[in-house]
Amino acid sequence: MVGLSIVRRQTLPPWAEILLPVAAIFATLIIGALPIVLAGGNLFKAYSSLVYGALGTRFNLLETLVKASPLILTGLAVSFAFRARFWNIGAEGQLFAGAIAATAVGVYGTALPSWLVIPACIVSGFIAGGLWAVLPAFLKTKLKVDDVVTTLLLNYVMIHVMGFLLYGPMQAAGSSWPRSEPIMDAAHYPILLPRSRLHLGLVIAIVMVLAIWFINARTVFGYRSKCVGVNINAAHFSGVNTDMTILKTALISGGLAGLAGVGEVCAIHYHLLMDISPGYGYTGIVIAMLGNLHPVGVALSAFFFSCISIGSQTMSRMAGIPVYIEGVI
Amino acid sequence: MVDITKRFVDVVANDKVSFSLFPNEVCALLGENGAGKTTLMNILFGYYLCDSGEIRIYGRIVRLGSPKDAIAHGISMIHQHFTLVPSQSVLENAMIGVEGGFFLDKKKARKRLLEIEKQFGLDLDPDAMAFTLTIGQQQKLEILKALYREAKILIMDEPTAVLAPIETRELFATLRTLVDNGRSVVFISHKLNEVMEISDRILVLREGKNVAERKKSETRVQELASLMVGREILESLQCSDSAAGNTVLQLKNLRVRNSKGVVALDGFSLDLREREIVGIAGVSGNGQTELSELLFGIRRPEEGSIVLDGKEVPGGSPSAMIRAGMARIPEDRISTGVCMDLSVMDNMILVDHCREPFSKLGLINGREIRSWVLDRVRDFQVKTDGVDAPVKSLSGGNLQKVILARELAGQPKIIIACQPTRGLDVGAMEYVHQAILRQKERGAGILLISDDLDEVLLLCDRVIVIYEGRIMGELCSDGIDRERIGLWMSGVA
Ligand SMILES: Nc1ncnc2c1ncn2[C@@H]1O[C@H](COP(=O)(O)OP(=O)(O)OP(=O)(O)O)[C@@H](O)[C@H]1O
Ligand SMILES: [Mg+2]
Repeated sequence: MVGLSIVRRQTLPPWAEILLPVAAIFATLIIGALPIVLAGGNLFKAYSSLVYGALGTRFNLLETLVKASPLILTGLAVSFAFRARFWNIGAEGQLFAGAIAATAVGVYGTALPSWLVIPACIVSGFIAGGLWAVLPAFLKTKLKVDDVVTTLLLNYVMIHVMGFLLYGPMQAAGSSWPRSEPIMDAAHYPILLPRSRLHLGLVIAIVMVLAIWFINARTVFGYRSKCVGVNINAAHFSGVNTDMTILKTALISGGLAGLAGVGEVCAIHYHLLMDISPGYGYTGIVIAMLGNLHPVGVALSAFFFSCISIGSQTMSRMAGIPVYIEGVI
Repeated sequence: MVDITKRFVDVVANDKVSFSLFPNEVCALLGENGAGKTTLMNILFGYYLCDSGEIRIYGRIVRLGSPKDAIAHGISMIHQHFTLVPSQSVLENAMIGVEGGFFLDKKKARKRLLEIEKQFGLDLDPDAMAFTLTIGQQQKLEILKALYREAKILIMDEPTAVLAPIETRELFATLRTLVDNGRSVVFISHKLNEVMEISDRILVLREGKNVAERKKSETRVQELASLMVGREILESLQCSDSAAGNTVLQLKNLRVRNSKGVVALDGFSLDLREREIVGIAGVSGNGQTELSELLFGIRRPEEGSIVLDGKEVPGGSPSAMIRAGMARIPEDRISTGVCMDLSVMDNMILVDHCREPFSKLGLINGREIRSWVLDRVRDFQVKTDGVDAPVKSLSGGNLQKVILARELAGQPKIIIACQPTRGLDVGAMEYVHQAILRQKERGAGILLISDDLDEVLLLCDRVIVIYEGRIMGELCSDGIDRERIGLWMSGVA
């Protein structure tokens, strides 16, 4: 009953806001234990190998960080939009849009001076992702079309756009696979540490975390976006241009997802292919929720997700548990 | 209820409060904003658990862990915000949650509903859709819902705040029938005249404690007011009389449709000058809401023009109104006045956040804002846990003070005040009236839209009466003739 009165209280004390997601994680791990046990695995061994697999060696830790970069970005994208009640569940499509733009620059931008190639990839990826999110935001503000539906549908539209490009104008010469020409070397993200895949993308992700934090806490735009999310009528009444606020929020949100796509092209695959993302955009939704829509929370929960994803590969190898159980967790 | 104590994070909302209710009576709960009335009743309704104290119903100690328990014990509460399903009929609304069994027996339910309606003189068409009902009818439906659940005790939190005078009279008649039929009613209100009219017994709370209990026959309005506030209240307003100045607001031949597409305001013209308070009186629902929305910039006129300070402004733009120096006090605080989930501080700068020194080059200056908000909270005596507390933890009256503090802080040229004292206690009401008069002395032109005729007559230099969206007539404060106003309000020229 004491618990009940805590639930009823209208504001959670700060410790609870931090503790709740942590509790959620533990609950996940405990529930996740069930199928492991059912599959005949040793639970302790399974989880210790999960941790080992994610963090235990230099290589594993760095791989976890590599995986975390796109997840941080898509998580941020979703959380920033949700905060303003722009229900952007189209981060996946925006990620593709960013990847296409980066590939276009990386493959066809040979006329650019080489120092400009990476910035051009980043900027064009951000803008492409952003515009792909502005479209549903525009439909929402001008025509009152539901944003959940449009953002989701645009993911499928983007998959078809990408298919058209990869089987058509952007297809690598002589290839029968849907893949583009490789991007030029100047477009490759620099590697941060020797003997690893840790790349510029992580730095970009962390800078974005700080930038969004700053926007939320210290700027007029961040304040307005929060007000629009909480009560759009009151914001409108108070003279806030709510349509513009939603459009800008969408631009930034989509841009962040676009950056995730840029990173996948310029640091992991070095060309565009159909399965450039194993659902980073959708995972971003869960990450944003678990991170309580706070940028730092998002970064932590993205890291957690990438631990599970990388660690589970080791877990399945060492504890003899099928990989699909990772998907369950 | 004996020795009830309820603490929120930092405030003690109820401190050893005792409260009893007898069959066949209306008991009024009186107290300043934030005195803990709503909290006490929420505890009785099982919405909050009390920290200590006990609740006895017909002598038996009970535990009310949820509203469901309370309903099972025959307690129903009607909040100020109704909880009806707009797209369902009266009958369906009444049945929600008590259908019993898997199949709905509508025939039987209808029969029961009609019986209840007959017994208590509540005439509502069982097949009418809830969204077509007027506010007064919605309230009747809420009462009907409670009776359908076999409520013995009915709690009404500020039920008359949203009602027109005629509706209030009907409500009182209903309440009388209820108590004559063995029910008991708890009536929360700030309107002392109403409390004296309807209740048998009056319990006064102050700062979460019992301060007094009076039989109606043993007390007077003046005594109740001072018990509530803890000091003498004599609303004697003084305002140095000075001639009104230039015209600051001009409405020309406005025509406005409401959300349903019906013409709500037609051929409406008005001049408002500096140092002048013009009152719009009328039974609620005669175009006042649409007039205020038009002036706030959230509704567009179909015809006519709005001239602010000599310049015509486009309709439908709140920021144009703000830029022209208009302060706005909206009628519906919860949905247009504040962001309930944000802090007092965030709400206080909702309008002014893009003005220096609160922000510069798009960056918020947290320190400036905090110190300014602290000043406002002190000036307006907002009772809150601190400026970072969410406004939804504030009592109804304190919420209004946050809006007033925000809107009256600057030096507005024009003030549109819509039901500014609705739900405020006498002390706070006096405070708001003083604040409005100070603004007038300063030179603002004020348009006061209020259902409370006493308030309009008390403050205004000129009174305009509207009926069905048209101006019925206008009187100056020295030629006030209540009877004539009453006739105009009911559409008789
Ligand atoms: N959920 C809550 N969390 C924190 N504080 C609360 C909460 N609900 C009420 N309070 C505080 O408890 C006190 C009493 O509030 P309550 O709503 O009972 O007042 P009230 O007598 O109904 O006032 P009003 O006439 O203005 O409606 C106030 O100081 C209020 O800020
Ligand atoms: Mg209250």
